Amino acid sequence: MREITYLEAVREAMSIEMRKNEDVYILGEDIGVYGGAFGVTRGMIEEFGPERVRNTPISEAGIAGAAVGSALTGMRPILEIQFSDFITIALDQMVNQAAKIRYMYGGKGKVPMVLRTPSGSGTGAAAQHSQSLEAWVAHIPGLKVVQPSTAYDAKGLLKAAMDDDNPVIFYEHKLLYKTSSEVPEEEYSIPLGKADIKREGSDVTIVATAIMVHKALEAAKELDKEGISVEVVDPRTIVPLDKETIVNSVKKTGKLIVVHEAVKRGGIGGEIASVVAESEAFDYLDAPIKRLGGAESPVPYNPELERAHIPQVPDIITAVKETLNRA
Amino acid sequence: MDMLKLNVPNSITNDKLIDLYKQMWQIRLFDEKVDEFFAKGMIHGTTHLAVGQEASAAGVCALLTVEDKITSTHRGHGHCIAKGATPDKMMAELFGRTTGYCKGKGGSMHIADVEMGNLGANGIVAGGIPLAVGSALTAKMKRLDYVTVCFFGDGATNEGSFHEAVNLASIWDLPVIFVCENNQYGMSGSVKEMTRVENIADRAQAYGIPGEVADGNDIIAMMNVTDKAIKRARSGEGPTLIEAKTYRWKGHSKSDAKKYRTRDEEQEWRKKDPIKRYKEVLIEAGLLTEEKAEEVRLAVKKEIEDAVKFAEASPQPTLNDLLTDVYA
Repeated sequence: MREITYLEAVREAMSIEMRKNEDVYILGEDIGVYGGAFGVTRGMIEEFGPERVRNTPISEAGIAGAAVGSALTGMRPILEIQFSDFITIALDQMVNQAAKIRYMYGGKGKVPMVLRTPSGSGTGAAAQHSQSLEAWVAHIPGLKVVQPSTAYDAKGLLKAAMDDDNPVIFYEHKLLYKTSSEVPEEEYSIPLGKADIKREGSDVTIVATAIMVHKALEAAKELDKEGISVEVVDPRTIVPLDKETIVNSVKKTGKLIVVHEAVKRGGIGGEIASVVAESEAFDYLDAPIKRLGGAESPVPYNPELERAHIPQVPDIITAVKETLNRA
Repeated sequence: MDMLKLNVPNSITNDKLIDLYKQMWQIRLFDEKVDEFFAKGMIHGTTHLAVGQEASAAGVCALLTVEDKITSTHRGHGHCIAKGATPDKMMAELFGRTTGYCKGKGGSMHIADVEMGNLGANGIVAGGIPLAVGSALTAKMKRLDYVTVCFFGDGATNEGSFHEAVNLASIWDLPVIFVCENNQYGMSGSVKEMTRVENIADRAQAYGIPGEVADGNDIIAMMNVTDKAIKRARSGEGPTLIEAKTYRWKGHSKSDAKKYRTRDEEQEWRKKDPIKRYKEVLIEAGLLTEEKAEEVRLAVKKEIEDAVKFAEASPQPTLNDLLTDVYA
């Protein structure tokens, strides 16, 4: 099968959908001839025109609200927020409007929209262009939250997000844009709320999100040389969360490490650890649950400090060994 | 007898003029009843009343069809009635009952009636303005004929969302009418203290669109200014910002000692009562008599009493309803 990049997979999912469904359009800053800050929409304005690839002013609150209002009245917008840090400016519309409209209105009206946004550090863009704020939105009932880690998952999950009748926050990781995997040319959908076991193993479960899936897989490969068998579970969507797959994996291995790039304090790792601690898997735990996450500081500029801010492969290897030693 | 011809838009018939008189009473008596219930502790939560501001809701919505949309505010009962909502289901919502517009899950600040084109009241100041722009964007992209009216207060025009949304509507020539009901206060902050411009409508200049100042307590003035803005919107020329100068008779919400304004000022504005003024115009035009006017008021009073009975007799939600409607 052909390989394409994560970035191309996102673009392909949108383009296929826009060819079929006139109600789908994309809006965002610099998404027109510029092609988006990361090039995701490159070529789309040429194919679909400026009405459906709608280049907007720098007005995150305004364009988020316009997306919500158009979704409420029959369109299916895809909103690109240029850096996920800027979601803070759009949050009133996402949190107070999009997430709540259906409930507040007693089940009348729906807001079928996807907010796509690149997150994560590693580009040297420092504190205001590197955050991973997915736990903020995961806290809000009414929103769904997706974090694909591969090109294959990105295409299938974006299709499911576009088909969903709810507001979906779709996090793309900047450092994954150029990674490739086998991706079918035709359309396919990966259901939201279905985790993927990226590597099977028997000694320890690592639940990792986004780019940390790849770091966990690398750590697993190294540990395999020492005869340690690691299972890597990628939730793919943190809302809804596939609790069953995570719990079953922990029941099998008896050990859990959660790894994400977002700051550890208040991060989604705490939620995943709690889900396991509250489940029947608790009785199977042979060692304390361990969480790895970003340091409790803003993302620094200096490349060494930037690397040190988030979990790296050696940190994961150490965490696995510590966990096994406690068992 | 020769009747004085009123200067109203062509689409407004004499019957409609009488309906509007009734509607203004519906808005006032609904809110006065709600005020009474809050004072007695019969409804929980909070509420924001539009007594004294009836002319803008009724006058603007008089020009709208069922297909047209509105977005509203925390002070939204009047807009809701003017866009076709019935007092019984509204009262049931305030009582938190399943027969309410939102099945008792929204309450005073979130009444919506999507089928009737009411995209909802809003608890976030200026929160509905970008939504209205999105609704207008749908009309433009789907080539639908409807317009969207966006109601908000003077306080909302100091929010960034207002400026971002008006700019978007302007650059995209969207069929939206921004109606600022300047009732002189954003909670306790007087408009004079919180903005430096003489008129909120002057802010339209910054976005290259028309800004119109209207007497918000004169329903006929409101109809005429809205008619012009709707014609502009429907012909693809883009948005208009209308400022309706008015006054809220009651406090901001149920707990307001009104220390920030004088009783003299309140009395001055009460002399400009929009319902009384409209009644005098209708009588002068030979369309209404004092007796008929009183009949209308009493009929509405009964309608509101019936709405209360309907609400009180309606079922409470069950605990199973807590988790429904979170996702579509």
